[in-house]
Amino acid sequence: MTEITFRQALQRGLREALDADPNVFLMGEDIGKYDGAYAVTQGLLEKYGPDRVRDTPISEAAFVGAGVGAAVAGLRPVVELMSMSFSLVASDQIVNMAAKIRYMSGGQLKVPMVLRAPTGGGVQLAATHSQSFENWYASVPGLKVVTPSTPYDALGLLRSSIEDDNPVIFAENALLYATRGDVPDAEYFVPIGVADVKRTGTDITLVGWAHGIVTLMAAAEKLAETGVSAEVVDLRSLRPLDMETVIESVEKTGRALVLDENWRTAGFGAEIAAEIGYRSSDYLDGPVARVSGTDTPSPYSRPLEQLGIPQVAWVIDEIEKTYGI
Amino acid sequence: MFSEQSSSATPGLSDNGSAVSDKYGAGPPPLTDTDLLEMYRTMVLSRKLDQRIWQMNRQGRAAIVASAQGHEAAQVGAIRALDPERDRFYIYYRELTTMLALGVTPLELLLGFLAKEGEPLSGARQFPLHGAIDRDRRDIVSFSNVVATQLPQAVGVALADKMRGEKRVTVAYFGDGASSMGETHEAMNFASIHRLPVIFFCENNKYAISVPISQQMNIESIATRASAYGMPGIEVNGFDPVAVYEAVGAAANLALSGQGPTLVEAVVERFLPHTSDDDDTRYRPPEDLEGIRDLDPIPATEKILRASGTLDDALDEEIKSLAQKIVNQATEDAENAPFPEPQDFYEQVYAPGSPGDQS
Ligand SMILES: Cc1ncc(C[n+]2csc(CCOP(=O)(O)OP(=O)(O)O)c2C)c(N)n1
Repeated sequence: MTEITFRQALQRGLREALDADPNVFLMGEDIGKYDGAYAVTQGLLEKYGPDRVRDTPISEAAFVGAGVGAAVAGLRPVVELMSMSFSLVASDQIVNMAAKIRYMSGGQLKVPMVLRAPTGGGVQLAATHSQSFENWYASVPGLKVVTPSTPYDALGLLRSSIEDDNPVIFAENALLYATRGDVPDAEYFVPIGVADVKRTGTDITLVGWAHGIVTLMAAAEKLAETGVSAEVVDLRSLRPLDMETVIESVEKTGRALVLDENWRTAGFGAEIAAEIGYRSSDYLDGPVARVSGTDTPSPYSRPLEQLGIPQVAWVIDEIEKTYGI
Repeated sequence: MFSEQSSSATPGLSDNGSAVSDKYGAGPPPLTDTDLLEMYRTMVLSRKLDQRIWQMNRQGRAAIVASAQGHEAAQVGAIRALDPERDRFYIYYRELTTMLALGVTPLELLLGFLAKEGEPLSGARQFPLHGAIDRDRRDIVSFSNVVATQLPQAVGVALADKMRGEKRVTVAYFGDGASSMGETHEAMNFASIHRLPVIFFCENNKYAISVPISQQMNIESIATRASAYGMPGIEVNGFDPVAVYEAVGAAANLALSGQGPTLVEAVVERFLPHTSDDDDTRYRPPEDLEGIRDLDPIPATEKILRASGTLDDALDEEIKSLAQKIVNQATEDAENAPFPEPQDFYEQVYAPGSPGDQS
């Protein structure tokens, strides 16, 4: 095992994939000499050359569309977007094309493309750079949506995503890049669509994904101080969605809280809460508790911005309010 | 149609712009020495304010800065040819000099960079130089964190003006990098079809963050694209404020006389990294910047003004120390301003009082 950052884990995943398969190549804005907006592709241009690490013009529709085409032609493009917000410029290619080409061709064509994008807010990048559209993409049949929270998961899931024969939206919460964790020294894969119990407990199940897991782990730590034993379930991917692991945990603890850092209304947290309620209401001591980001665009001013991001205290308060523990 | 080069190697009042005016009919009235002096003042103020903001970023007080250093002459020259009260300005994030030339104050701009209460563009909600300001007197709009979004919108306001029979020009500002976006193409095509009064003003600093222009496009001049839309394209030396004035003035005359849009490409240099988050030594060869600073439009304009006897040591000193004083005062006032109140957070997601309003 070696301790590395989330960013280094992604970079190692890209290296391993580039080494393993000559069909893999990278494409995106400023991923060459600039190392990518969050330095994930550092050193890759030098090692793999400009054919396999391609800087693009600022034209998301063109290079995501070109990624779809290259994938259909048999390559395995890993396309980097500078921000999940910019995926909207390419959303026609993603939603109308990448997600449906297999279906619309009766299985004759496939789109083994990975679309990596930093996502989330909290670093004063303001309204049009601080968004998470993972939940939108998770509602589209044909796409897979991967949302790792640790270096271990980031590396293993990235390898699986690149080998997957379906288009994968790989969401990298920008607050995670500098976080650290252990990864095995040997190559490994983490399967897409399998949730992970990040902490075991008996009193309440806390469900989340990506950066939300950092908040939930801290909340679980805090709850332990008052004698509440919380279990933390990390979804790891929103589509396919592993509800079995969630349900198993909820039926054990009898209480559930879902944390969705994104907007509350029609957020992915609502889907999880509804599913838990539908499947496990007999086991629950009360309604499914919900914590989410506020229904506002993300403001630039730091004190205002912080008002919209779920904090540990929100989780503790919501549990107290819902379950009285 | 045609595309025209009107770049002159060094800034000067003499040989600029005439080719442009010949080709496109009446150009703008010739600039006087006093006009140029005023433009010089704005450039000096812009440079000093820009340096201050950069410094405040390094001290951790301003979250992010995109510098206008190197773009000053282009920006001040363009505004000189337009009417701040009549025209509409769809700017992008590098328009510090444009803002000053339009009369936005250094304090208003600094409140934006520090995201403080009273920030006039967005109520401290948006990036510096983003939002909309003072729409009763001036129409300056900017939301382009996502590059090129302002181009179709500028076309839309020009369409509205045309439909209402109002005579004004809308200027859409963008970089060479943004010219690769699909929206840029769509906006130009649409504007030209309907002969809308738009000036597409491209500030070509030859870099999109780290990507050099050679990897963004396979053409020498962005202005040549204009012919594909059936509109004039003018390439101009963006270090020459007078040449830019001439080119934009000619484009404004076309727009106001119902002859439709023009693409003006001002070739400039980016003196600093892309933003305060960037380290350009990773990708920018030193020889790229060598010599460029010798062409700095501010000392070049100073030289012209001295040569014509408009500027002497005493006046230059006065201009520079006044600019510094203004910047210092604005810095102090901005730093003393409070942050926005928490209750502002939910305001203006929806119209006040309409269902959905959470404020
Ligand atoms: C659609 C979109 N993609 C990517 C970005 C990230 N980005 C911000 S500025 C920039 C470079 C813009 O270059 P250019 O248009 O030449 O303007 P300059 O900054 O050089 O003045 C990029 C890639 C963005 N803001 N919007």
